[in-house]
Amino acid sequence: MSEIRNYTLNFGPQHPSAHGVLRLVLELDGETVERADPHIGLLHRATEKLAETRTWVQSVPYMDRLDYVSTMCNEHAYCMAIEKMLGIEVPERAQYIRVMFDEVTRLLNHLLWIGCHGLDVGAMTMALYTFRDREDLMDVYESVSGARLHAAYFRPGGVYRDLPDMMPKYEVSPWKDAKRVAELNQNRQGSLLDFLEDFTNRFPAYLDDYHNLLTDNRIWKQRLVGIGVVSPERALNMGLTGAMLRGSGIAWDLRKKQPYEVYDRLDFDIPVGTNGDSYDRYLVRMEEMAQSNRIIKQCIAWLRDNPGPVITSDYKVAPPPRESMKSNMEELIHHFKLFTEGIHVPENDCYAAIEHPKGEFGIYLSSDGANKPYRMKIRAPGFAHLAALEEMSRGHMIADVVTIIGTQDIVFGEVDR
Amino acid sequence: MTQNTQTLADTLQQVLGGAIVRSKQALGEVTIDVAAADYHAAALKLRDAAGLKFDQMIDLCGMDYSTYGGKESHEKRFAVVVHLLSVELNQRVRVRVYAPDDQMPVVDSIVDVWTAANWFEREAFDLFGILFVNHPDLRRILTDYGFVGHPFRKDFPVSGYVEMRYDDEQKRVIYQPVTIEPRENTPRIVREETYGEPAR
Repeated sequence: MSEIRNYTLNFGPQHPSAHGVLRLVLELDGETVERADPHIGLLHRATEKLAETRTWVQSVPYMDRLDYVSTMCNEHAYCMAIEKMLGIEVPERAQYIRVMFDEVTRLLNHLLWIGCHGLDVGAMTMALYTFRDREDLMDVYESVSGARLHAAYFRPGGVYRDLPDMMPKYEVSPWKDAKRVAELNQNRQGSLLDFLEDFTNRFPAYLDDYHNLLTDNRIWKQRLVGIGVVSPERALNMGLTGAMLRGSGIAWDLRKKQPYEVYDRLDFDIPVGTNGDSYDRYLVRMEEMAQSNRIIKQCIAWLRDNPGPVITSDYKVAPPPRESMKSNMEELIHHFKLFTEGIHVPENDCYAAIEHPKGEFGIYLSSDGANKPYRMKIRAPGFAHLAALEEMSRGHMIADVVTIIGTQDIVFGEVDR
Repeated sequence: MTQNTQTLADTLQQVLGGAIVRSKQALGEVTIDVAAADYHAAALKLRDAAGLKFDQMIDLCGMDYSTYGGKESHEKRFAVVVHLLSVELNQRVRVRVYAPDDQMPVVDSIVDVWTAANWFEREAFDLFGILFVNHPDLRRILTDYGFVGHPFRKDFPVSGYVEMRYDDEQKRVIYQPVTIEPRENTPRIVREETYGEPAR
């Protein structure tokens, strides 16, 4: 009889289902996982150290590069932390715009997640459909910030600019004739809000399609039900947040429990799972998308009726309008000081957290009164989730590890920072 | 957030008593400083005591206070800052513990209290060189295999000491001393107390 030995398998760092640069050292007994040791840091860029050498506003674009599929939420946490320390008030319209884009971001994130999760588990078509929807939302990003992914749209004190009155349109090219272009431009005739509203009206039907494709799909259920079960007690102790915590049956959502911006004025529900397995987390995230759609609609309705400023008028924090800068001495000085020296944040410590699509995303800032942070710590939800991978995957088959990585919604930009 | 910081501060004082070296309330947040010797016992109380019930460890990070406020002198150099969240009572607290020895910063590990601390402590060890007693697996986590030094310490340059490139002659990846020159476009300024006040 031959000797039976455990063997060690390197999973990644260039494996498509490792969601980026995860190197996972798996110790296997046959096909069963005995030990999983994730090696991370392959995408470590020392964002926190870099932020110490930049002024407060210069670090905003770095935030985009953390979780690069939900960029605006990262900026939101960072801006909120600075605002908290400065004690400034954000104009109401800016708060609604922020909330609206947070939810657009949540849709973007969850659509990518369901696409990739499906792809990992064997439901190829999902990615094709979700990327169709993401295209519209990225056009929304682009029309407001000029960038499809790394927006850098939020600023301490508000947002960079107001929503545009018109959407960019397709033009006739050798690849698109006049008829096709007219078709594509049909819902781009009005403002950004019109375009987004058109999307929110179409989206529930898309979501139904995804439910039809997956929710009762036998293969999908075989791959997800009972995989990576986390009890509520362990979920808390392991620091899981967001959908990972709600999937285990704990109704915890910062948007409801510690509301920021205007979430306390909006009407939405928090979906909660019961079994704490991958399938429940899937259902929770699917329902979150429906709720995000609801929030976006409410924000659109409010934003249509209420024009106003979108960034604070405190010129020690946000630059004055260009026109007054050109004609007014004091504004000119403010402008000059802001762009050479930056804002000064009074000495204090502060932690601000938001309900990021992946969980609780927090920024801990320590300022000693300078024009740069003394220390910034990014609390990334994915970091704690990936740490729980070993416990979640022990005793499962190797193919289930892929499911668990998918259900954790790992993005390496934020895990490695 | 609308937590009543005074009530929480009172409860903390009641439960932890002498373990609290300093307590501070600012911006709707409570910060307590705990001595390194009492740290582990305080963590257990923070998790279990009624009125506290901090069931989640949200964040743990290292701090290097060596250049704080632009001054050279400082009481203790290294600290560990922990953020706790109570899902049950919906409250947060920040716990700071200074490492007693600047040359060899050592702090108790709280992995046995909150499993979540495992990777966060590995990160603080990797980036700041803070050692955690009784940590089950204190390895580097974010930096490269074979990395030397602790990059988030204030005396570690932003550009680092070594760089990696592909060498065409040797046909392999090599490490060499950095060739970039550090540059600072915007100097770091802490304004004097009387800044902006009219001159006398």
